Amino acid sequence: MSILVNKNTKLLVQGMTGRDGSFHTAKMKEYGTNIVAGVSPGKGGLIVDGIPVFNTVEAAVKATGANTSIIFVPAALAGDAIMEAGDAGVELVICISEGVPTLDMVKATAYLKKKGVKLIGANCPGLITPDEALVGILPGNIFKKGNVGLMSRSGTLTYLMVSLLTQAGLGQSTCVGIGGDPVSGLYYQELLQLFQDDPETEAIVLIGEIGGDAEERAAQFIKEHVTKPVVAFIAGQSAPAGKRMGHAGAIISSGSGTAEEKIAAFEAIGVPVARLPIEIPILIKKALKID
Amino acid sequence: MKIHEYQAKEIFSHYSIPVTKEIVCYTTEEVCSAAEKLGLPVVVKAQVLAGGRGKAGGVKLARTIDAAREAADQILGMDIKGYTVEKVLVAEGVKFNSEFYVGLTIDRNTKSVVFMGSAEGGVEIEEVAKDNPDAIHKFAIDPDLGMSPFFARKIAFSLFNDFSLVKQAADLFQKLYQIFLDTDASLVEINPLVVTDAGKLLALDGKMNFDDNALYRHADIEALNEPTEDEKKEIAANESGLTYIRLEGDIGCMVNGAGLAMASMDVIKHYGGNPANFLDIGGSSSPQKVIDAMNLLLSDKNVKVIMINIFGGITRCDDVARGLVSALDQMKVTIPIVIRLSGTNAEEGLKIISDYNLPTVKSLSEAAQEAIRLAKLVS
Repeated sequence: MSILVNKNTKLLVQGMTGRDGSFHTAKMKEYGTNIVAGVSPGKGGLIVDGIPVFNTVEAAVKATGANTSIIFVPAALAGDAIMEAGDAGVELVICISEGVPTLDMVKATAYLKKKGVKLIGANCPGLITPDEALVGILPGNIFKKGNVGLMSRSGTLTYLMVSLLTQAGLGQSTCVGIGGDPVSGLYYQELLQLFQDDPETEAIVLIGEIGGDAEERAAQFIKEHVTKPVVAFIAGQSAPAGKRMGHAGAIISSGSGTAEEKIAAFEAIGVPVARLPIEIPILIKKALKID
Repeated sequence: MKIHEYQAKEIFSHYSIPVTKEIVCYTTEEVCSAAEKLGLPVVVKAQVLAGGRGKAGGVKLARTIDAAREAADQILGMDIKGYTVEKVLVAEGVKFNSEFYVGLTIDRNTKSVVFMGSAEGGVEIEEVAKDNPDAIHKFAIDPDLGMSPFFARKIAFSLFNDFSLVKQAADLFQKLYQIFLDTDASLVEINPLVVTDAGKLLALDGKMNFDDNALYRHADIEALNEPTEDEKKEIAANESGLTYIRLEGDIGCMVNGAGLAMASMDVIKHYGGNPANFLDIGGSSSPQKVIDAMNLLLSDKNVKVIMINIFGGITRCDDVARGLVSALDQMKVTIPIVIRLSGTNAEEGLKIISDYNLPTVKSLSEAAQEAIRLAKLVS
């Protein structure tokens, strides 16, 4: 078991013939992900690296039974691409594109909700269930199969955390990059619930950052619904107020959204918060009573 | 991106939202003639892209021309939170009965545009939110439905009793929502929205922020941008694919990824150092990006040491190393550099820089501690 993606994932790639799309399609395929189709309007009928290309997501789903779509199109087209995937009836959409206008995401998330389709991103590195499916741009070689579930608003910080876990002998069930934008798909609550219900996951790492109050809400959710041990890290403890720290959502406004508030919210409900990344594996071992 | 009050009100006006009669002025003489034209009393208001101008003395009521002159002399050139006041808005003085707050912004939790309204207008809404959160009415707007007439009326009835005001308010809220959508705003605010002695709603102030990700489809709004010197540097960095924010410390940081860049700053702080900047060189880094990044770091005279922290995913460590080596060949670098490379092609990267006698470390903690030690040595 794991969450969201596994051996049964049949992936289609929107924007497969573009620069990033083709590069990461090759990487995902090399990892062993089952990629069944690509979508690129106007290029239907081509076969690229053994993968059939379709003009529309609908045609790709009909012909191949794809159940998951990953999006690599330019930001200006991403909102529409998400809705096209939702309309075509896949179960899960992952949008990698960075810089998508917020109002496009408002519209796209509302549409997918109505269709009952799950969304991850935009502006995210995707997700991985080690040894089963890599759906995203994460470097596959740092992951190891195991029992720690991980969710994060950041990409490279996730890689650092995962490599620390792997080095410490702690494998992962599924790792999900939820993205750094103010409006995006699945968030902490939904993923905490999925990890809580997943028999393979024994402990959860939550990597948050400054901006908004999603971490505070997650803390409340953990208190009420999560019995598995959770450990956290909050990036941006030294960030100045009012500045957008790379991610569109990472901004402290009018004194709220600070790392201190988030750390306090977790510690108040007994979720330990690492001050340094290297403390994460130590906290997990403590939670799982491993020496 | 932010714009000035007078610019926001020009947009309001374009959508027939009633605003005060007003004139933008750059000199004291212009202020005096504006006051004569508008008729006394007038309000002279600093136009700066920072909040809290009222508390800083940037807003003054003038009942005579001499008072207007004095207000202009005081406000023009004033410093408000690091911004110099270069222009003021002279607006007609209006008699009013009551003041309200109305605003639209993005709500991350409902993933929608949310309307906020309060009968406690005229004060900072953040203070109302802290002291009396129940005084703020919030309505999440269904993106399919939009601000339909019934919804606008529902909101209006929560704020006003008088039906004539409800009708005016509902109309105004629909227009405000349309502005939000049409301009890809991230915030539209009227504070205060007043009820005049004549029983009319009037926007006394206006504030708008915009979604940076959507500026590409609003050239007219992007043209209004007035970046500060630091922001100009940030924009130039953006154009070369870098995200840069200048800070006060002395350790220049070059990192790939926003989260890792923030965590690197945190680790430096944790060990007692001070980062000079946030710098994310992004994914798929070409050697040129690293050269641009080095130039940017070296342009900050406060920087005493450079710490490079790369976790190769899409970014290849050998690309970063090649960029660094050609930067070192091209420019005179006299300050120490601490490097940590891991992930994709880290070994190749370390091999490339091995001839340059640069200190390389294995972990982020080591990198931070070494950078702090070197910064102390230099000073």
